[in-house]
Amino acid sequence: MTALTLTRAPGRRWSLPLAWAVLAPILVAAAAPELLAAVSPIATDPVNALLPPGAGHWFGTDQLGRDLFTRVVHGARPSLLLGLGATVLAVAAGALLGLAAALGGRAADQVVTRVLDILLSLPQLLLALLVITVLGGGVANVVLAIAVAFTPGYARIVRAEALVVRRSGYVEAAKGLGLGRPALIARHILPNAVGPLLVLATVGFGTALIAGSGLSFLGFGVQPPDPEWGAMLAEGRDFLATAWWIGLFPGAAITATVIAVNVLGRAAQRRFTRRTS
Amino acid sequence: MRTLAKRVGAGLAVLYGAATLAFVSLQLIPGDTVSTLLGPATTASAEVRAQISAELGLDQPPLTRYLAYLGRVVTGDLGSSYQLQRPVWQLIGDQLGPTVQLAAAAMAAAVLIALVSAVATAGRRRQVRAAATAWELVAVSLPSYWLGILLLTAFSFQLPIFPVIGAQDLPALVLPALTLGLPIAGVLAQVLREGLEAALAQPFAVTARARGLSQTAVRLRHALRHAASSLATLTGWLVGTLLGGAVLVETVFGRSGIGALTLQAVDNKDMPVVMGVVLLSALVFVVISNLVDLLYRVIDPRVRA
Repeated sequence: MTALTLTRAPGRRWSLPLAWAVLAPILVAAAAPELLAAVSPIATDPVNALLPPGAGHWFGTDQLGRDLFTRVVHGARPSLLLGLGATVLAVAAGALLGLAAALGGRAADQVVTRVLDILLSLPQLLLALLVITVLGGGVANVVLAIAVAFTPGYARIVRAEALVVRRSGYVEAAKGLGLGRPALIARHILPNAVGPLLVLATVGFGTALIAGSGLSFLGFGVQPPDPEWGAMLAEGRDFLATAWWIGLFPGAAITATVIAVNVLGRAAQRRFTRRTS
Repeated sequence: MRTLAKRVGAGLAVLYGAATLAFVSLQLIPGDTVSTLLGPATTASAEVRAQISAELGLDQPPLTRYLAYLGRVVTGDLGSSYQLQRPVWQLIGDQLGPTVQLAAAAMAAAVLIALVSAVATAGRRRQVRAAATAWELVAVSLPSYWLGILLLTAFSFQLPIFPVIGAQDLPALVLPALTLGLPIAGVLAQVLREGLEAALAQPFAVTARARGLSQTAVRLRHALRHAASSLATLTGWLVGTLLGGAVLVETVFGRSGIGALTLQAVDNKDMPVVMGVVLLSALVFVVISNLVDLLYRVIDPRVRA
């Protein structure tokens, strides 16, 4: 159909390799930062403070003379872990809640759906801030706060998928063959209801990364002097007038990661819909 | 009439849920409220503590406190800020203006950018659509706090066009509104463009074109209306992004507003203020989504029936 060929996004041929090319060094930086930058990311050198990018310091230095390239490289792991931890928690909790709603009977479904409606009506960042007000700041609490904010969205999708899967032919067939309820859920309903969730979680990871670094930017997550992309942006804010590079590179790292992850997530989404439709 | 009653009921349910969520959060705070209230450097005696506790009704059982709290919320009493010792609704009222201004300007910018981008690029040549997809992707991937820093660096520090941090007049609104609006524009443009492309492939678009309407007229008069209805599903996300984003954007630009108030309250564990903001955003969500529902009926005659 013409509509289909029209909506097909152009430039797909090179977008996937490009996304991996961007992501690869970031993943290396997260796994083994010493490989890319051997200096300590918190070693200060006041004599060389606020140097512009150049041969000695590729990304320049900050107000304490710390090498920005080193800090961006070492910031990869905490930044990615904030987003990854929150996404894993949110997906797990969302899957549990969604399955409980879809398979736990009418009353359970009513309760879970109502609670989800309320949580989904609040801004995610506000929900996260509410959790932080209760628990306080710190890396673990920020991860938990973002997970709480993202769980309702995942739960709603799992619930909808599980409701469809539950009525599908193969589940009926398995039931007819005498498969017990736990095995039915574990072997048939869970894998098929969670599939689309994992695809969405890729794009969700990008959003969680922005949220995690955002909360660090606001001062709740990773604390200075430890390098984290959002926290680095917060530290650099007071020096924007004289040193643009402090505000540029950590944010570019976040954005590049999120763009690459979004490209991969959308590709996964397309493959998934092609397979199922 | 029945749909109206249903809708009001659903709205009230969301508000009640938000109020309950806020109350539960308050109960979950570790440590006792009186200590939080008095701060760490207190020398208050046990009697004073007991008196404060009785004044706030903290010696009552949770259910009694919950009902009393709901009663106060219904009458519009959101309590007083621990830190600033002023009624919460007053604090929120004082800060509402700048945030509404920011959100409205951001929304206007987002809609304008998205409209121009979608109408200009939908169903065009391959390269044009590739460019549109690319900018939409970048816009939705940009963290607003970084975009704000970039715009400040470029247009306030390198080229002194807009005032630096802190000002509240109209020129000072431009960069914050763009910062808040651009990521939203990316999403809107994408949805609008895809909606337009689907609409342009429909027979009615071909018919309109055959009647002699220009390509642009078909887009603006026929296809756009079709595409706009798909935006209605985004309302909840939109309200959330504007309100949540305000916290970050107000921080980056040193603006006052609900976001800055919230952040300060979270920092100081000033729970009544945070609870008030939660209730406010639930209220805004309910009001806006109902307004959009009404508007949707105007745009799309098929849902009227």
